[in-house]
Amino acid sequence: MDIFLIVLGAILTNNILLTTFLGICPFIGVSGEYASASGMGMAVIFVLTMTLPVNWLVKHFVLDPLGVGYLSLIVYIVTIAFLVQIVEMFMKRFLPALYNSLGIFLPLITVNCAILGGVLFAIATWNLGFMESVAFGFGGGVGWALAIILMAAIRERLRFAPVPEGLKGPGLALIIAGLMAMSFVGFSGMINIRDFGG
Amino acid sequence: MAEVKTAVMQRAAAPAIPLTQRLPQTKGWKELVRDIWDDNPTFRMILAMCPTMGATNMAINGMAQGLATLIATVASSTTVAALRTVIPSEVRLPAYMIIIAFWVTIVDIVLRAYLPPLSAALGPYVPLIITNCFVLGRAEAFASQNSPGLSALDALGVGLGFTMSLTLLGIVRELLGFGSLFGIQIFSGWTPWVIMIIPAGAFLVVGLYVGIVKHFSPGGQIGGGA
Repeated sequence: MDIFLIVLGAILTNNILLTTFLGICPFIGVSGEYASASGMGMAVIFVLTMTLPVNWLVKHFVLDPLGVGYLSLIVYIVTIAFLVQIVEMFMKRFLPALYNSLGIFLPLITVNCAILGGVLFAIATWNLGFMESVAFGFGGGVGWALAIILMAAIRERLRFAPVPEGLKGPGLALIIAGLMAMSFVGFSGMINIRDFGG
Repeated sequence: MAEVKTAVMQRAAAPAIPLTQRLPQTKGWKELVRDIWDDNPTFRMILAMCPTMGATNMAINGMAQGLATLIATVASSTTVAALRTVIPSEVRLPAYMIIIAFWVTIVDIVLRAYLPPLSAALGPYVPLIITNCFVLGRAEAFASQNSPGLSALDALGVGLGFTMSLTLLGIVRELLGFGSLFGIQIFSGWTPWVIMIIPAGAFLVVGLYVGIVKHFSPGGQIGGGA
């Protein structure tokens, strides 16, 4: 039950994009087209679900026993870069169709702050358990994908709307995101992932 | 002979020009100004949006986040420039990431040790400087091809532009959200605009800023990076 609540909470109440501002650069940059937005969303779900448990294991079985917590940032980012590389090689070999549809988005994930941010929130700040981290990774990825797909759909509808010249492009995208964040406030208070931490 | 004489005179006359007129002509100064305004990382390039929104609910937080990023950017760019002939180009990106992570770790530890309340207020947004697009961007685009001194100036310009943007955002959000400025109450009996403190307000204010900057100086590059 807890796992289900965490997945739901990560999608709606603690949406990593609309409440903690993680991964906004690709959210603005890649949401112009529906197809690339869903590709990026898929890539984030995949990598976030993989990196959270792996970094959880790294923290609890390597960093903590050795007492080298001050190296955590360097170790997390190297682990993420390494995992993204492995995921890329694996997909190229076994899932070429998915690999081709994700294209350039997969390597870009390394510098997507949603990944490192998700790790820092779940493992360092909230101190979630192992299964909870897996759930938060998957839910967080789905929540991010949901936000970028919604955004891409709205931007496609607004392509020919008569907006002021200065707001065209990123300006309007940010204001739409603000309105989306406002509507997501309606979910707040239902579930708080912080309560599941240790 | 006369030509030589003029050249010598010109050279001798050069230092007489006051610093305020000479400085804008230097390459380093031009880099600095271009990075602060024309290529402002926040409002022009739409880069580094996570800290821009996450750490600007108060003016002091925005300024601290900007300065922390400035220090990390200058240190990483200088290091990358100093090591640019040593790092093989095939593994340069992982190497840059490790250099950046190293400096960000130091900034984070120093902040936690000497300014614990500020560090708690900024939370994970200080460690997240590692994935700040323009820190890696300056290392890759500028520091990998230029001298350490020039790279430090380039990074300083980006850092100052970023600090300026974040402080401006923090000022607007704190003034409307709390009625105060840098913790000092400005409006008495102010009804707080709660929306300015929550995430939705951050998106709206940044969006309007981007629109205003683009409206008043349409030139330059407006991008949306990954």
